[in-house]
Amino acid sequence: MNQNGRLLRAVVLGVVGLGLIAPIVIGLWQTGRAAFGVLPALGRNLASLEPWHELFGLPGFATSLHLTLATGLGSTLLSLVLATGFCAAVHARINTSSGARMLTPFLAIPHAAMAVGLAFVLAPSGWIARMVAPFAGWDRPPDFSTINDGWGLALTLGLMVKEVPFLLLVILSALSQIPVARHMAAGRALGYGRGIVWIKIIMPQVWPLIRLPVWVVLAYALSVVDMAIILGPSTPPTLAVAVTRWFTDPDPTMILPASAGAILQAVLVGLAVALLMTAETGGKRLGRWWLRRGGRGLSAEPGLWAASAAVMALMAAGVLAMASLAVWSLAWRWSFPQILPESWSLKPWTAAQGGWMRALTNTLLLAGATVGLSLALAIAWLEGEDRANRTRAPWAEALIYLPLLIPQIGFLYGLNVGFLQIGLSGGIWAVIWAQVLFVFPYVMIALSDPWRALDPRMIRAAAALGAGPGRRLWAIKLPVLIRPILTAAAIGVAVSVAQYLPTLFMGAGRVATLTTEAVTLSSGSDRRVTGVYATLQAGLPFAAYLAAFMIPMILHRNRRALSGASAT
Amino acid sequence: MSLELNALSILSANDTALFQPLTLHVPAGEVVTVMGPSGVGKSTLLDAIGGHLVHGFHMTGTVRLNGRDVTGLPAEARRIGLMFQDALLFPHLSVGDNLAFGLPASLRGRAARHAAVEDALSQAGLAGLYERDPATLSGGQRARAALMRTLLAEPEALLLDEPFSKLDSGRRDDMRRFTFAHVATRAIPTLMVTHDADDAAAAGGPVVALREVIAQ
Repeated sequence: MNQNGRLLRAVVLGVVGLGLIAPIVIGLWQTGRAAFGVLPALGRNLASLEPWHELFGLPGFATSLHLTLATGLGSTLLSLVLATGFCAAVHARINTSSGARMLTPFLAIPHAAMAVGLAFVLAPSGWIARMVAPFAGWDRPPDFSTINDGWGLALTLGLMVKEVPFLLLVILSALSQIPVARHMAAGRALGYGRGIVWIKIIMPQVWPLIRLPVWVVLAYALSVVDMAIILGPSTPPTLAVAVTRWFTDPDPTMILPASAGAILQAVLVGLAVALLMTAETGGKRLGRWWLRRGGRGLSAEPGLWAASAAVMALMAAGVLAMASLAVWSLAWRWSFPQILPESWSLKPWTAAQGGWMRALTNTLLLAGATVGLSLALAIAWLEGEDRANRTRAPWAEALIYLPLLIPQIGFLYGLNVGFLQIGLSGGIWAVIWAQVLFVFPYVMIALSDPWRALDPRMIRAAAALGAGPGRRLWAIKLPVLIRPILTAAAIGVAVSVAQYLPTLFMGAGRVATLTTEAVTLSSGSDRRVTGVYATLQAGLPFAAYLAAFMIPMILHRNRRALSGASAT
Repeated sequence: MSLELNALSILSANDTALFQPLTLHVPAGEVVTVMGPSGVGKSTLLDAIGGHLVHGFHMTGTVRLNGRDVTGLPAEARRIGLMFQDALLFPHLSVGDNLAFGLPASLRGRAARHAAVEDALSQAGLAGLYERDPATLSGGQRARAALMRTLLAEPEALLLDEPFSKLDSGRRDDMRRFTFAHVATRAIPTLMVTHDADDAAAAGGPVVALREVIAQ
């Protein structure tokens, strides 16, 4: 009786298997072969450990490894602590949905655009130095490196500016599933201070709900490339950047140690996640011991307020960074200690028009195609589950997160080899395919909860009225779910616009997008042109979010339950 | 018209029966009330009859409607209406379009369909509310609109799942009278599950107890 549903599910499974999972497996396999010396294109057919010896011997390798661990682990742990402290301090005072709206700009802006903005703010000639200048008596930019510093502090800060808002959103949505106020009242009535209740009662309930997103953040922070190029140290850079450079080295034999480095990058992420799991087990045991002693402890409030202040400072830096993109793109004369440009001009925009128009067109084309495909697949998947009256199996859930946990650098080179074999490399289609690998998981994750939150009795009522599966989908589910569908699409646009490595590798350098151009220009000297590209790059996802907010409001303006006017 | 259940039993995923097999005959226009302890599976029974069982449950026995066996049919082909404690009007459609959603496609012509909806609205005391947003109706108005939507689909049987439990006590009596009067005039066999003995008394039909399976 479920013929239709079975066919749909088979198609979805086929597309996910061949379109999303196979590329990752093939990519890892091809990269892995090269890592162990097998590269037929260079006439190497014998497996060996030579690429690894070569990798370990490359100049700066140990420093790169050390930098990657320090910035990746450091930024993730600090972000987690700060976001948790902030939520503990202010959760009772803020409304989750309005809080989430305030975080939107931070989530929408691509990492590269934020990095460019932060570089503008932090640089010796940037806004912070200009603000300090009158007090320090500087009449020229101070002579020390605040970005691209050897310790990776600027990179850590940049990652935190992006990760803290993401973790805040994830924790806030987890908290909405827990009766926080009642548990807090119960805990305080037993004599525990607010901060202690938060640590002993609330966080243990929150952690299982945010574990996967934290892993995703960790994997990302360890393997980020675009932000690390812009803010991170350059000689030597972090491992992911170093591997990217080796892959694009004019000497093709560098592919061998580069592949070993790519595999090492994937292993590193695996080890970091394993470390986090071990820490979780240990923390559980330690926590139970601590809990059973029943100590009421000292008030943790000063710590919470320090965390909140740090979060506010990070957000302020983020806002300054976003503003600086627009200001630089319109600046003409702007000598050092001045806070604002002495003269403004549209010349940066008009002069570079041909370049940014082409990049914008490519970016829009890629975003449209990848979001359209991802949304269609996500809806087909969810509808397939509905028609089978099934909930999702754990392995299927894991499948969705897979592309977000494996570092891009780990399989993109190998995937390109695979694409070359089927004659797909170097074109827009290869880039679309590679981007969908990362856009689809986010679209799917964003759409799954609202889709399941739809009252199943409403769908049964439609069926009882004689509506078949097709009519139930098109006439009920899709219109009722228009807001979450558009929100998922906006998230997809943000992810697509932000993609750097897939565009670089699969486009063979021929597909220029706002992101690839902004990263390339960021190392140059003309901040105005960089500002133009980064402003567009940041503006596009923001426009998508705005559309996702406005369209349902206009479409359902006479429907109180759907227009978003009420807080339901 | 009549609804017949023959040795109907529902098994959960580990093959344990929710309740003892149920055999039941609901003649046209009569309301049979099913009562039982909470958690025994009253709503699941209605899901099975209506064709809405979720994965993990399966049923044995048969459901016959006017002599035809509907056990294997999908929900949309059974012509069994379904009412819940919530009206569950589709939030994106106007009140009138909600009713029009229930109208069979065989009724053709814009004017005729519109007239059928207007007629149903006035029967329910909702005349002039065709274009209204369902979210702006009162609880009683919503319940009546939901009943008219169900009846416009010309169901051959009706399932009521605690239909009055969310209305306040004044409205509840009105809605009972309204519902059972329509069931009687249209001679629809109706099965109601409820906790409320007053519902059963108002329905006036036989009361069936759903019994738990006693563990051996």
